Amino acid sequence: MTTAKIEVRDVGKVFPLKRETRVALERIDLTVQANEFVALVGASGCGKSTLLRIVGGLETASSGEVRVNGQSVAGPGADRAMVFQDYSLYPWLTVLENIRFSRQLRTHREDMRVSVVKTALERSYALLEVMGLTQVKDAYPNQLSGGMRQRVAIARALLSRPEVLLMDEPFGALDAQTREVMHDLILHLYKLEHSTVLFVTHDVEEAIYLAGRVVVLAPHPGRIDSIHAVPLPESQQRTLDMKMAPEFLALKQTLLHRIRETSGVYTDIALLQRLTGGKTQS
Amino acid sequence: MAAVQPFADEPHAVEQSTAISKPPRRSAFWAIRGRLERKTYLLIALLGFLLFIAGWWSVAASGWVNSVFLPTPPDVAQRFQTWLLEDNLLGDMGISVYRVTMGFLTAALMAIPLGLFIGTYRPVQAFFEPMIEFSRYLPAVAFVPLVLLWVGIGEGSKITVIWIGTFFQMVLMISEDVRRVPSAQIEAAQTLGATNGETVHLVIFKSALPGIVDTLRVTLGWAWTYLVVAELVASNSGLGYVILKAQRFLQTDKIFVGILVIGVLGLIMDQTFRLIHRKAFPWLYLRA
Repeated sequence: MTTAKIEVRDVGKVFPLKRETRVALERIDLTVQANEFVALVGASGCGKSTLLRIVGGLETASSGEVRVNGQSVAGPGADRAMVFQDYSLYPWLTVLENIRFSRQLRTHREDMRVSVVKTALERSYALLEVMGLTQVKDAYPNQLSGGMRQRVAIARALLSRPEVLLMDEPFGALDAQTREVMHDLILHLYKLEHSTVLFVTHDVEEAIYLAGRVVVLAPHPGRIDSIHAVPLPESQQRTLDMKMAPEFLALKQTLLHRIRETSGVYTDIALLQRLTGGKTQS
Repeated sequence: MAAVQPFADEPHAVEQSTAISKPPRRSAFWAIRGRLERKTYLLIALLGFLLFIAGWWSVAASGWVNSVFLPTPPDVAQRFQTWLLEDNLLGDMGISVYRVTMGFLTAALMAIPLGLFIGTYRPVQAFFEPMIEFSRYLPAVAFVPLVLLWVGIGEGSKITVIWIGTFFQMVLMISEDVRRVPSAQIEAAQTLGATNGETVHLVIFKSALPGIVDTLRVTLGWAWTYLVVAELVASNSGLGYVILKAQRFLQTDKIFVGILVIGVLGLIMDQTFRLIHRKAFPWLYLRA
């Protein structure tokens, strides 16, 4: 039997506004097994980032509970490293110093035995290499491209071997080509690290390509709409051609349908015609 | 229903749009946010200065204004020379610089930690910020008589006036710098296991530091303003005092020199701060 790494139990999140309150999440139940890769997708406003931040301890749930390794989450911790969309690197540190940032922290200071320090040092160099950052290890984040910056952010999160990796639209600001490179890098790392990944994205294709299971959230209020197992080989053995596989395309279709149906946005021919003054170009 | 269909009701709009389809001509020199070669830039800057001096000189020389009230540039240069060589200008400058530095440093050393905590912790903000917001609208100049009663007429009173004039603004601006630190930087540290203390000193302070140094540079300019105020009312030395004394003897040229010297000293300090900024935060000046 597999063990549950992350257990989300009946979680709700309410944001107080001026007069009324906004329900961001309602009755969320989700279990992520150890070494599983789960993607969260959904229309904007569905609370997928909020859910991730609750697991990360950056937001507190208004009701319900999140357990990681059976321990109730009370705040952020080194066992759950998070990768953000952008602006999370420290511009005053070089690439290597950014990756090694966590070594300065007290949590990791019990690991000050020579062997561990040496391992961390070696690991930071190994991460540089895996991420293709060896050439720029002494550069500052400002000097890097968006894709490189995200690689540094991922390497920094991985340095202390977190059991859970939380990724909040990590490639949302990257162009399509860079994104594809990053996908294969992530799959490669996932194979090496045996960590548990919870991945938020608005890109359905990205979700299917990376994850073992895709969770669709629906907005107003944020809730789980459906959960889909990805009918492809395990995440570790995926290749680019699989994006053309009929199973892949069928799931993509289903997911896009679910998201569109729950988003409440629809396109109406009559409305479009008014925009063009009644003249339609077909 | 017709009111909500403005698009279909304007058939002429399309025809008119062809008349304005030709783009307007624009010269490169007047391009909005255009580029300018460094040489041209300096040349134009120099032109500004020269025109100003020429204007001043011609007004002063024309006899429109009594020369008692408006000295010519050579008069001012002459006075600068005698003040420097015979009347101990360096001594006056020294005492003024000392007062500015002390007042400014005292304010900065208190404002940096306080601003850091106000910008980081909500309860600290709630406790101090409204009070400081109120205090900064209290006129620093009006405190001079009170400061004289409390602190006396020694150096302490001038330093205190400068402190009153800069401290409150500085705290608010620094707390604003601290609040501008991107939350992603803070949250990344937290999810790597940083404690609050570690997050404050390893991330928030480091991230806000360039902004803080800039704030110090700006407030240093105000420190000079309050120095002159303090020396005008409560002093018998320093540049401000000499300016006041020169007024009694109708030495407008000396007033001019005093004002210009303060301007140049301020400029030098400002440029020093810019240099420190460039040396201390090299990553902000890199090209991608």
